Amino acid sequence: MRESLSKTGVLTKEDLAQSPGVPSEERMERGPVVYIECMEEIPCDPCQYVCPKDAITVGEQIIDLPVLDEVKCDGCGICIPICPGLAIFVVDKSYSNEEALVGLPYEMLPLPKAGMKVHGVDREGKIVCEARIVKVLNPKKFDRTAVIYLAVPRNLALDVRHFTFPEEEE
Amino acid sequence: MIETEFAVVGAGPAGLSAALEAGRAGVQTMLMDENQAPGGQLVKQIHKFFGSKEHWAGMRGRDIGDKLLEQVKKAGVKVMLDTVVWGIFDEGKVLGIKEGDRNRQIRAQKILLATGASENPLAFRGWTLPGVLGAGAAQTLVNLHRVLPGTRVLMVGAGNVGLIVAYQLLQAGAHVLAVVEALPTIGGYGVHASKIRRMGVPILTGHTVKEASGNAKVERAMVVRVDDRGHPVPGTEKKFEVDTICIAVGLHPLAELAWICGCQFAYISELGGHVPVHTENMETTVPGVYVAGDAAGIEEATVAMEEGRLTGVDVAHCLGYISGGKAQRLRAEIQTRIQLIRTGPFGEALKGAKEKLIERKG
Amino acid sequence: MRVTEHPILGKMVKGRKVEFEFDGKPMRGYEGEPIATALMGAGIKVFRYTVKGQNPRGVFCAIGRCTDCVMTVDGMPNVRTCVTLLRKGMKVQTQMGLGAWEKSK
Repeated sequence: MRESLSKTGVLTKEDLAQSPGVPSEERMERGPVVYIECMEEIPCDPCQYVCPKDAITVGEQIIDLPVLDEVKCDGCGICIPICPGLAIFVVDKSYSNEEALVGLPYEMLPLPKAGMKVHGVDREGKIVCEARIVKVLNPKKFDRTAVIYLAVPRNLALDVRHFTFPEEEE
Repeated sequence: MIETEFAVVGAGPAGLSAALEAGRAGVQTMLMDENQAPGGQLVKQIHKFFGSKEHWAGMRGRDIGDKLLEQVKKAGVKVMLDTVVWGIFDEGKVLGIKEGDRNRQIRAQKILLATGASENPLAFRGWTLPGVLGAGAAQTLVNLHRVLPGTRVLMVGAGNVGLIVAYQLLQAGAHVLAVVEALPTIGGYGVHASKIRRMGVPILTGHTVKEASGNAKVERAMVVRVDDRGHPVPGTEKKFEVDTICIAVGLHPLAELAWICGCQFAYISELGGHVPVHTENMETTVPGVYVAGDAAGIEEATVAMEEGRLTGVDVAHCLGYISGGKAQRLRAEIQTRIQLIRTGPFGEALKGAKEKLIERKG
Repeated sequence: MRVTEHPILGKMVKGRKVEFEFDGKPMRGYEGEPIATALMGAGIKVFRYTVKGQNPRGVFCAIGRCTDCVMTVDGMPNVRTCVTLLRKGMKVQTQMGLGAWEKSK
């Protein structure tokens, strides 16, 4: 795991499938749930403490990877802004027949507005689809890490992890 | 001559933590920093920190610095800013300082040198052109002074500093064209790398900068692939049109004051180079002189805070403010937390390195 | 280029804008910021030229250790502009070599 990450800086979907922090396909179809992309042993555990449902466990050895209890998790996403690595997302494949909802952390300006059309971007920074901003959350308690919810084509719910604004018309 | 019990040089996380621990125990403490504001590196760290609750994980570095300072002031510590400590005399008992424009001397029973680190240079053709600067320098300019050194950046080095500063330059509106790393793997945390990869910044491992050129300033950089011996591979040159090249190739302890007063040093590359030898309680080979934080070996803010606390405990104990029993208890708690941090693939190397250093003194 | 808006740091807050001189030209910067950032904010990157090769130099470490950013300020040479704060009316000059000290040879 560490091998591919340390060579490219990107976790592959094969890597992530083995992560203790990702939910099952079936759980993602049922409703919103977090998708934790933390696969390196770094001493860190705020996600464990912030979850109101105790759905994330790191344990006493804080280098251990966070383990997700997909039954307890209701996808509230409060862990998204607390993660110092910006490595937690929310996925909801029950959003509609064509689209899934992806919640991601965002610390750039400008913030998008709900309704905007944007480009969905994958872990390598490649544009993979058109997406629509559904919700922008930036309350004070998130300490300036906004959480943006995007509607993306269902089959790209595990790919889209960032977005870019469409080029401005000349 | 000003007299005090405990003089702390450097108000970064290590110095602040030491002053807090000692001040709370009742030790008469002075905390000095050459900057206009305390916090050391914390002031520039606008990202959320890793670690656990005791290290304020999830809080931004800058806010941690503010919190520490608040506590330090409450503990009755005298904080002196715009104060340069330029000399140390009398076997580590007297400090020569410049407070604003005034030259003064401080006699202290115990002194902590928490003077942090300095960025390593990297020489290549054209590296002296305006536009080539340290990654930490870029961070200072942007996060402290709100000025971008340029808008098209090449970052050299994919350790945590390179990756984090690349991200912060993006936040400030710059375009980071690439991060190049001479080693075959990324040295920093995967999550820091992932953050910038998904923003479209390529990370070229096995590459380095060969040359910077331009008319009286950086206008372009030539990047070249290197083989596994670090030698440039001819024919692999790639041009990047950049106006800024940030160098993030490591830090080394800033321990000149320790050198001047005769502390023994050891060369330990995992800790950044020449490091003052010290005990588990952070005391150097010169009795009464301590080091903590990056000056005692390049690690992280969380370790700096713990080392500062260890120093404060030892000073408080030696000066009779806390009992031997209490000191032992506090030390054990701190060491437990340090062990938790120094685990995993990143921490293990540093744990071994520190053990080597402490062995040397014995 | 000034970073007037920032996702974490918010809006840029500085002291009052003051006038100073750079190589005889009137310029404006923020009172209390380092001379170096007042110049960089105005797009100036070359601060001095070296003794031997007359090579252009500017900011490198930004924390007052490397001395690459030194200029002649109010007639005094070798002033570290990254840690010396701007005051109204300062006269800042691109330094050639070692500055005025050369003339005393």
